[in-house]
Parts: sequence; structure tokens; C-alpha cells
Amino acid sequence: MRGFSPLQSALWAHRNTSYVNAKNNIMLINRRKFLTLGSLATGTLMLPKFLKAFEAPVQVFGGNKVLVVLQLSGGNDGLNTVIPVRNDIYYRERPSLSISKEKALSLSDDAGLHPSLTNLKALYDEGNLAILNNVGYPNPDRSHFRSMDIWQTASNSDEVLNTGWLGRYLDSQCMDCSRPTQVLEMDDMLSLALSGEHMKGIALRDPKRLYDTSQDPFFKEMLNAGMNQQTEDPGSYLYKVMSETVSGADYIFQQSKLRPSATVYPNSEIGKDLKTIASLISSDINTRVYYISLGSFDTHVSQQEKQAKLFGDLNEAIKPFTDDLKSNCRFEDVLVMSFSEFGRRVGENGSGGTDHGTANNMFLISGGLTNKGILNEMPDLSNLTEGDLNQQLDFKRVYATVLNKWLQADDYKILGRQYEYLNFI
Amino acid sequence: MNKNQLKNQHLWWRAGFGPPADQVKELSKQRPEKLFHSILKASEERPVFFDVADPELKEMVSQPMSPGKMLSLKPEERQMIRKQSVQDISKLNIRWLDEMTTGEAQLREKMSLFWHGHFATKTVNILYDQALLNVIRQHALGNFRDLLFNVSKTASMIQFLNNNQNKKGHPNENFARELMELFTVGRGHYTETDVKESARAFTGWGTTPQGEYNFRPRQHDDAVKTFFGKTGNLSGEDILEILLTQKQTAIFITRKIYRFFVNEIVDEEKINGLATQFFENGYDIRGLMISIFSSDWFYDQKNIGSQIKSPVLWLVGMRRQLPMEIQNPLVQLVLERLLGQVLFAPPNVAGWPGGKHWIDSSSLMLRMQVPKIIYRSDAILSKPKDDDDIMMGMRDQALAKNIKRLKNPGTQFFQAKILWDEYIKNFNETTEGSIYAAIRDILLQRVMPMNESDMIKYIDESSRDARIQSITIRLMGTPEYQLC
Repeated sequence: MRGFSPLQSALWAHRNTSYVNAKNNIMLINRRKFLTLGSLATGTLMLPKFLKAFEAPVQVFGGNKVLVVLQLSGGNDGLNTVIPVRNDIYYRERPSLSISKEKALSLSDDAGLHPSLTNLKALYDEGNLAILNNVGYPNPDRSHFRSMDIWQTASNSDEVLNTGWLGRYLDSQCMDCSRPTQVLEMDDMLSLALSGEHMKGIALRDPKRLYDTSQDPFFKEMLNAGMNQQTEDPGSYLYKVMSETVSGADYIFQQSKLRPSATVYPNSEIGKDLKTIASLISSDINTRVYYISLGSFDTHVSQQEKQAKLFGDLNEAIKPFTDDLKSNCRFEDVLVMSFSEFGRRVGENGSGGTDHGTANNMFLISGGLTNKGILNEMPDLSNLTEGDLNQQLDFKRVYATVLNKWLQADDYKILGRQYEYLNFI
Repeated sequence: MNKNQLKNQHLWWRAGFGPPADQVKELSKQRPEKLFHSILKASEERPVFFDVADPELKEMVSQPMSPGKMLSLKPEERQMIRKQSVQDISKLNIRWLDEMTTGEAQLREKMSLFWHGHFATKTVNILYDQALLNVIRQHALGNFRDLLFNVSKTASMIQFLNNNQNKKGHPNENFARELMELFTVGRGHYTETDVKESARAFTGWGTTPQGEYNFRPRQHDDAVKTFFGKTGNLSGEDILEILLTQKQTAIFITRKIYRFFVNEIVDEEKINGLATQFFENGYDIRGLMISIFSSDWFYDQKNIGSQIKSPVLWLVGMRRQLPMEIQNPLVQLVLERLLGQVLFAPPNVAGWPGGKHWIDSSSLMLRMQVPKIIYRSDAILSKPKDDDDIMMGMRDQALAKNIKRLKNPGTQFFQAKILWDEYIKNFNETTEGSIYAAIRDILLQRVMPMNESDMIKYIDESSRDARIQSITIRLMGTPEYQLC
């Protein structure tokens, strides 16, 4: 925090965004401008486009809602996640895998939560967790990759799209901006979900590592030389991506140091990811969407142990995260939304596992939910299609709701169709 | 730069996988027409089929097995079979990469890579995968009619697009739809009725458990169908024939070939001319490719260095330009995964979208770091995402096998010995002052904005060899090296 006293730093760290008035808002922007201009003056990077971008007002508080997408990769078994504890068919179809009513964490007369998800149960009791059941899409595909594509691109099952729903959100927010930091993925690879037509989000595991890589002097000197050529061909596209990476990496790293979380998180991957996200959320960063994955939930064999281990990781990491958000008074502004590419079949297989199925549940975690608890009917196990659940709720309606009501984006433009909104936010 | 050199390199990159190190001295001497002739000639040889499947696995599958016995396999046995199959598909992947790297039939393999993305399937069955690849490699430069007929009858295609489930009274339209949308006429050139009617024509097309095409007359719908204005008891073969009578099929295929081999930005006039010829010559792929690579416009400035290399082309191209022995070949699959092009695992039935879709901040940064990683036998710090379709709950063998691990799980080294002697000898006669330009002109198909004087501080000048090595590694880590 160059130019600021420790006291000022401490004050910034305890800033509560709800109370930031217009004056502070201007101060913040000025401070950021000061910092970035300062670093430009000392560095070798002299890119006219960046300067232009920094001069434009950076919209941080205009909409301060944040979405965290939690992808449960591999097809999480929804029936052992939100357990229909009074359903005979469930117990009949799963002689060895079913979770008894006593072991499940009771949510209602009909539903219990997986025993490893104690902290989600606590969120449920506080009114900060909502559950959507039977979410899916018509004509479900049972291939992981294809079904994941459908969820990530928000396509119908019979169409192939090459851009992701959050990438198209980025396109709509960031047509001409110099760093696509509105959507970030905590990973070494960028998911299709965050890849737009014009803009692509940034994937990173660790802000410092991304920064160090992008600060390679050779890299930066090439970029300096290359940015001067302005042509519309793949060459200039590569330089554009490079410049967005350098600029984005610098911005993310500076932000990650502003108010790093002091809370103890588990040392798991998801623990580290959520700690980074918590730190960034309490900074001044313009990121609106974070994307993380947990997996693999592809439990064809030994489901009990695998799912319990992964849920254990999730459970331990979600607590410090929501605690962080609460103590920073940001929990009302952050929505965590989980999904998986499909659920699993109702009947267990012969290997202590379950095979690929269809509809599934989604978790919604936030201090700002308007509807909480179990939002719709539990799965109807007496009405199956070839042993699989029937979807009752198209996942694209959930996306439309989040885009429109939470991110204040044009859901029709991003999804290409108009979907009916839900009422959880 | 010498005019012939740029053109020859352009030809090597587009009709093959980049200029090989042992041809560097020829690059400025040969005429492009002559080079194309020799690449074409080498590509006309009948390919040696790949067979990497485990003999015991093959033995097991080749025995006629009653459905009852299939069902009686224990879960562990099924798991073992799947595991072996997945391992063998990795072997096939590496085998093909090696062929692309060292094989003489460059155009055939490049063409096969194109068809592999066109007839995109993904199975976890090594026998299906290698059978389809062999069909593709056999017909890659042959006749599109033969290719289409043979591919449509492979187990890989029949399984991937669910034609095994396409039965009289219960048609499954998946194959019929993709056949028109992606393989022949393209979207907008057929109706939903065409899909429904042709799906009925393909009823009964199935495979034996061993993966042989098997027509099941009792599942075939013999009733009258109407397709593209033709009415009768149409068979699946009739549907393919009718689609080939549509000039739109020739246009659709030619446009896709043009975008892959020439330029993503299409020139409809040229495509029409080429397509007409392709159609009139009865879908002779070889003839079409000769027309493209013998034309003057292929060498137009706007077509040179205008494409983003696919990850496979980029990787194989590096191996061709900089000969190396890779000690842990599976590490190449990690790069394929991190960069988004795993052979035998296209993202979906539409294949790899290509072009700008290859590049985002992570993939570009990684591509630019890899030459240095190879040079130092260094670690790849990025970890690819899981592919659950392939792993099916198993351990990730590409990440687990033959790989030194660091604290960070999934981290692995690219252990390779670069054969510098073979490479450096190409510059024996180059004067000191022109070494940089000589290497640059071989490696880059496009002008690099950063000039030599700014590069110097990044070059190891301690010896002539060190200088050549360091210039080479630096230039391979540039944005321009991603283009061809």
C-alpha cells in the first residue's frame, strides 16, 4: 500500500461497502488511479490502451452482487445429497448405498442432507441456503463432456455452441475493456463456460503465480513491440490476449494483496480457491463472477467414501468462506450456486456406486436469498423414465434468474431465449 | 527472406506438420511445385495400419461372446477392460503423433487429422477408435464417397451417434441429423422431415460386439420414405447416395477444407470453383487438394502466417523443427489436454472449433512457456481438468504413470533430449551476423514486431551453439510461433 499509513490500510481493511458514500467512492477510484499510474511510470509497460482504460471510471459499486459458481464435476449423486428420507422407493432401489433418515441431517419431514454437509445444514438453518430439485434439460445426454458443454454453454441438448454463458455475459459487460477480470476461474485451464465470442475470462490458481509468469521481461517487451501493430487478424488477437493477461494479472495480484483474508481455511484445493475468492471479494476488484470446480463425483464405484470425502472438503471450506463474507458484511451480496452436469440413476449398480443419470439438485447459498429452504418438490421416484428422474426445471431458468436479478445483465441477449424467472433472489 | 523458402515453409505447415529439420537446407533451393509433388507422392502410399491394442484385449473381444456371458463379467473385470482400453487409446494417440512427426506421408496424415475432426467421435473402445482412424487414413486422400460410406459403417460412428438404438418403430435420429448437419450438406440445407425420414432408412444399421458392421433386417423399416424429393423403400446407402448428388455437399466440404488448409476467412468465389470441380470429379479429395496447393493464390500474402496452429500442429511442428527424444511421451497428452485438443476426444460431434477458440490467457501463456520447459526438461506447473468420460472413476493414468511428481499433485516434467547436433548443423555455413535472421526466417511465418537489437539481451551469447539454442527457444516462445 504505497503512500498509505498502516492506520489507513487498517481502515480500508475494515471498510464496509454498505456504508461507503459517494465521496469515498471517488476517493477509492482516485487511489486506484494513483496506484496504477504509479506502477506504470516505474514499469516498462507503456500501452496507450491501458491508460485509456484506467482513465475511464471503474465501476465497482454500481452493482456489487457477486456470483460464485461451484461446479461439481463428474455427475454428483443428487439423491444422496438431498436425501428423500421418507421414500420407500429410494431405500428399495439402493439397498447398500441409501443413507438412513437417522444419519441424514434433517431438513424437513421429507428431506435430509448428506451427513458430511454439516456446515451447509447450519446455513440452511440460518435461512441462507436454498435447494432446487429436479433441475435439468429436455433430452438429457449422459456423456460427461457433452452434458457439461450443455450446462456451460447453456445450449439445448440438440445444439452445439462454442461460447459459454458466462463468456457471453463477459462479452455483454466488457466489449471494449482492456482486462476481462469480470469473470475469473480458479483453475489452470479456462472452462468453456467463461469463453465468449469476443472476450474470454481469466483462469488462475494463484494470483502471485499468474503475476510472476506474466511479468517475464521478455514477454512484456514483446508485448510492447506488438501492441503497436493494429490489424484485425490472428496476430493482433494473440497480442490482445497477451495484453489482457498482463494487465489482468497485475490488477488481480494488486487487488489480492489489498485485504487478504486472515481466516484459516483448510489446505485443500477448494479451501485455497475460496480463500483467494474471499480476499478478492473484499478488495476493490471489478470481478462479478468466480468459477470453481470440485471433483470428480463420477462415483461408479465406492460412492460412499468418494462422495463423503469430496463433501467433507466442500463442507470444511464453505464455513470459513461464509464467515469471511459475514464479517465483511458481504454475505448479502454474494451468491454461491452449485451444479453438476447430471445426477445419477435412481438404482445403485453392482459396484457400490451409481451410473450416469439425469436431473439433479442445485444449492444456492447467500445472505441475500428472498426464498429459502427447499424451493420445489422432491424428486418423484414413482415417475421415472428408464430408471431416471424427470427434469421439472430447466437449468437455463436458473441462469436467467441469476443473470437478470443478480448480475443485472441482459439474460435474453446472453441466453438467446426468454426464460421465466424464479423467485429465490 | 528467399521467396521460395517462405512458400515452401507455408506448404510444409499447411500440407503437413511443418518443415522438418533435415530439410532446412533445401527450403531456399526447391521450387514449391516440386516440393508439393514429393509430399503428394509420399502421401499416396497405402498407410500401414496402426494396431496398438493389447493382444489379450483383442483376443477377448474377438471371441464370440453370448450376451449372457457379457453380462456375467464381474465389475472388476469390466473395469480392467476399460482401463486397458483407455491406456491403449493413449498409446494410439502417441503412435499417431509420432507418425505425424516422422512419417513421410505428411499430407495424408494432415488430411486424416482434418477428417478426424470432421467425423468426430469419442468412444472409450480402443478397437473402435483404431478401426475408425484406419478407415480415415486409408481414404483420407481418396474418394469422399468411399470415406463417407465406410465411416458411417464403423462401430465408432454407429455407437457414438446411437444408431445401434435406431430401430423400426423407435427411430433414433441422432446419426441422421448429424449426417446432414455436420458431415454433408450442412445446417439450413435439409428439413426436419428429411431427418425423420432418413433416420428410418438407417434403422437396422448396427455392429457386432466385435465392432463389425452388421445389418439387422428385422430392425429395418421397409416402408416407403421420402427424402430430398425421392420416394421409395430407401436404404441407408440410398440416403448417402442422395446426399452425394447434392452439390451442397461438395460446397460444404470444400468450404471446411478451405478454412482448415488455406484461411479461416473464406473466399466464396474460390470455394465455388473448387467445389464445382470436386463435385464434377466425383468427390476426388486428392484432386481437390492438388488444385488448392498448386494454385497461385494459396501462396498469397494474406494466406501465409494467417492461422493459429492447433495444439497438435504446434506440438508436432516443434518436434519436426527441433528433433528430440521424449522420455515420457505421455506428457504430450497432458499438453493436449491443457491446450484443448486431445486426439480421439473431440469436444463434441462438431469437432474442434479451432481458430481463435484455441487461445485464451492460460493456453497462450502455456504455449509460450513450453519451449523453455522442453529445453530445460522442466516441470509443467499447470494441471489439466479431469476427463470423466475417459477416466470413469479411475485414476488418471496420464498424470500418474512415468511421471515425477513435485509437491503439487499433477505437476510433471517434460523429459526430453533435444538432438541439438542435428539442428545446429543446419547453420554450419551461416555467418555470425546472420544467424538470428536465419533462425527467425525458418521458425516464423510472420514478421515479428520486436526487432533483433531488442532481442539481444535475452540471448545467451556465451558460444555459437548456445546462441543458436537460445535464439531458437526464444523464438519458439513468441506469439508469431503460434501462427502458420
